[in-house]
Amino acid sequence: MKPASGGRPPAAPVPPPPPPSRPAPAGSALVRALLVRGMLAGLAAGVVALAVSYLLGEPRVEAAVAFEESHAHGHGEELFSRTLQSTGGLATGVLLFGTAVGGVAALAFCFALGRTGRLAPRATAALVSLAALAGLYLVPFLKYPANPPSVGDPDTIGTRTALYFLMMLLGVLLASAAAVLGRALVPRFGAWYASVAAAGALVLAVGLAYALLPGVDEVPADFPATLLWRFRLAALAVQAALWTAFGLLFGELAERVLRPGPAPAAARTPPPHPAASVR
Amino acid sequence: MAETAVPAALPPVRPVAAPLSVREILPWAAFLAVVALVVLYFVGAEQGATSLVSGEAVHEWVHDARHLLGFPCH
Repeated sequence: MKPASGGRPPAAPVPPPPPPSRPAPAGSALVRALLVRGMLAGLAAGVVALAVSYLLGEPRVEAAVAFEESHAHGHGEELFSRTLQSTGGLATGVLLFGTAVGGVAALAFCFALGRTGRLAPRATAALVSLAALAGLYLVPFLKYPANPPSVGDPDTIGTRTALYFLMMLLGVLLASAAAVLGRALVPRFGAWYASVAAAGALVLAVGLAYALLPGVDEVPADFPATLLWRFRLAALAVQAALWTAFGLLFGELAERVLRPGPAPAAARTPPPHPAASVR
Repeated sequence: MAETAVPAALPPVRPVAAPLSVREILPWAAFLAVVALVVLYFVGAEQGATSLVSGEAVHEWVHDARHLLGFPCH
């Protein structure tokens, strides 16, 4: 103890340090906290995906629209200019999509939390994001890949939409089933072999669905193959960017919700925006 | 660098957080399912396969996003 010096009376004891922070929410409040952060992280990831879709995707869309118009097969009258479609319209769709799937992934994270062994919240968020990319996008994409304008027969839009949404549903259901199966196998086979077995079962089930569902091949004979390939790569890049950004960002936010106490970053002054700081 | 001696046995698996029960998640999941389905429908399918709003405005406005997010468009 430092002896009191000067004229100051030593009476006032040092107050006990305040508790590190308010306690972490639990139960339904925790679900709500994670859901809100998931939707915000989804919105932010949507901004990243928007940048990728504008920079990588739009040139391909533009080229495909030019092909469409050169074949006098256009939409007729235009409601919105191409400029509006490729900026405001694109942003509306991508940001809404990011926010919605961010919320879905946050709830999947709530199910996974505490059920992934030693994985910390951040790693669990990364795993959930990877699973969401696979179930929600890769599974449908590998059977019914994204198509640029002028690829696809307008008369079959009903069937193709139904098949695509069915494939999304199947991807999510089968990925969830594989996760449940893998967890059930852990006590018997250990985490590694249980994961390998669950992934194998998932591949098998998805392959079976691919074999049973009808294929779609409606590419016009003279549509440039390189343009189709580049468009599909760009579409893949959009989703990869969305889910990578979401996994990193949401993991960071979830870690802060679940460990509000002596987080490693707490040594420094807490930043005003949790999302803005990089450890 | 820090730990030179590898522990003989791994510590028992202790979850980093208590698992949330289905009862705690379900109300939020039901709420979000409705929101997400409405959003996915309007971004991904409205005025394509089916049409709730007459005209082409929704389809045309989200046209590029629909293509680039992988939904069938037209």
